[in-house]
Amino acid sequence: MKILVPIKRVVDYNIKVRPNADNSDVDLANLKMSMNPFCEIAVEEAVRLKEKGQATEVVVISIGPAKAQEQLRAALALGADRAILIESDQVLEPLAIAKVLKHFVEQESADLVVLGKQSIDGDNNQTGQMLAALTNRPQATFASELVIEQDKAIVTREVDGGLQTIKVNLPAIVTTDLRLNEPRYAKLPDIMKAKKKPFETIALDSLGIDTGARTELLNVSLPPERSAGIKVANVDELIEKLKNEAKVL
Amino acid sequence: MSVLVIADHDGSEIKKSTLCTVAAATQMDVDVDLLVAGDDCSAAADKASAISGIRKVLHAESPALAYLMAENAADLIVSIAADYDAILMSAGTNGKNILPRVAALLNSQAISDIISVESADTFKRPIYAGNVIATIKSNDAKKIITVRATAFDPVEATGGSASVEKVEAKDLGHSEFDKEELAKSDRPELAAASIVVSGGRGIGSEEKFSVVYDLADKLGAAVGASRAAVDAGYVPNDMQVGQTGKIVAPDLYIAAGISGAIQHLAGMKESKVIVAINKDEDAPIFQVADYGLVADLFEALPELTAKL
Repeated sequence: MKILVPIKRVVDYNIKVRPNADNSDVDLANLKMSMNPFCEIAVEEAVRLKEKGQATEVVVISIGPAKAQEQLRAALALGADRAILIESDQVLEPLAIAKVLKHFVEQESADLVVLGKQSIDGDNNQTGQMLAALTNRPQATFASELVIEQDKAIVTREVDGGLQTIKVNLPAIVTTDLRLNEPRYAKLPDIMKAKKKPFETIALDSLGIDTGARTELLNVSLPPERSAGIKVANVDELIEKLKNEAKVL
Repeated sequence: MSVLVIADHDGSEIKKSTLCTVAAATQMDVDVDLLVAGDDCSAAADKASAISGIRKVLHAESPALAYLMAENAADLIVSIAADYDAILMSAGTNGKNILPRVAALLNSQAISDIISVESADTFKRPIYAGNVIATIKSNDAKKIITVRATAFDPVEATGGSASVEKVEAKDLGHSEFDKEELAKSDRPELAAASIVVSGGRGIGSEEKFSVVYDLADKLGAAVGASRAAVDAGYVPNDMQVGQTGKIVAPDLYIAAGISGAIQHLAGMKESKVIVAINKDEDAPIFQVADYGLVADLFEALPELTAKL
């Protein structure tokens, strides 16, 4: 079973992003960039399936600027076998990303695609579902447990009311939720070894796929600030304020 | 121009998130239809016909639609999409699962989690865990949109008299439902509750979470949690409030033992009144709280429960 894991380079999750001077977009200059946390979980899950002997090869792929090779190298250090960088400085929408990924899912004949349920920059939560639609494959989103049994994936999903378990026919698309696993930290020897693993770079433009934008970002703004509140001295004062000032009790 | 809303329901009742999504739809156009799809949902379809402002209810009932598995649900929606300029569903786990699939099948770039309708093609939505609000214009002929329910006031559940029309669904055989473990609770639903009491890592264990439940039950409130509390196993996943969990906006949100990571704030900072109880006076949660109490939550919560 071959697993394809698409990953994304994003602003580190600890950073509070702000609009730029003319509010035309967010200001990302000189910010720390990392692998999207949900993508790390996807890489970890694929590597575990390989360690269990259920996967034969784990291929990681990213669409992004040349520097996205840092995140692909990080994925190789976590145990992926091979990396593909589709290089582009264009900011792509999820539909365009799904179209590019479809090309590689088919070219690589991947039996399973595991990817993060959302990236923490755009917060769209769309790419996996769109890839499943374009490849006419079943989807199991928001996975908190993944078991492969013969030609099926048994996936426990985090849904609004609790947990739901479904069986999907392979090949399939699985998107990861937070509690699927806890990604390992790469050890120094693995980081060194990752430098020698196969790494292919392809220009996005050479693929001839329509990745044109369908939406326009008109502006960005800060959400309305909450006015600073007050500290109360004790429970009695809290109850008094909630009853007589806020009138919510 | 007309808009299709996909209903959230439990077979017999239409959920409040649907009424909020209809409110968003009516800001785009006057002609709003509602699709009620499931394996046993005629009661829900009947109730849907009474919702204020609905032109027509489409009722799709088939074993293939049980649990609204994405493949069959998306196929059904695409089969009726020709009549609509926009398709909306609330941004719950069903909407997030199904609508991007619909969008890709229709070659349209979906817009996720809108918090306002500026015009029929322009919307506001939070990005970067809600630290920034983006205004987006869609140039696709068919808009596929998920709606943050808490950002829209619900339309009236009664007063309308829409006709109900049947539509057919088919089974693509891609996937099958196995089982569901849903939290059973007499407490209000987290996403729709008017009061929410949430606990964080500061609670310390599953057993000690009882101080949160006790206060919630006294207030008739729903119970939430930070990601840290869920990851630590104190409470199940469906209680997580935050960027990747549930978005809540109750009248009163009480955060106990929650430090206030930006990912948690993303899920609750639209609450009308926020109370923070934390023994660390520098915890970031106090920066968004209307009322902060620096105290040991194991003393403050029982005292609050006793005195209310």
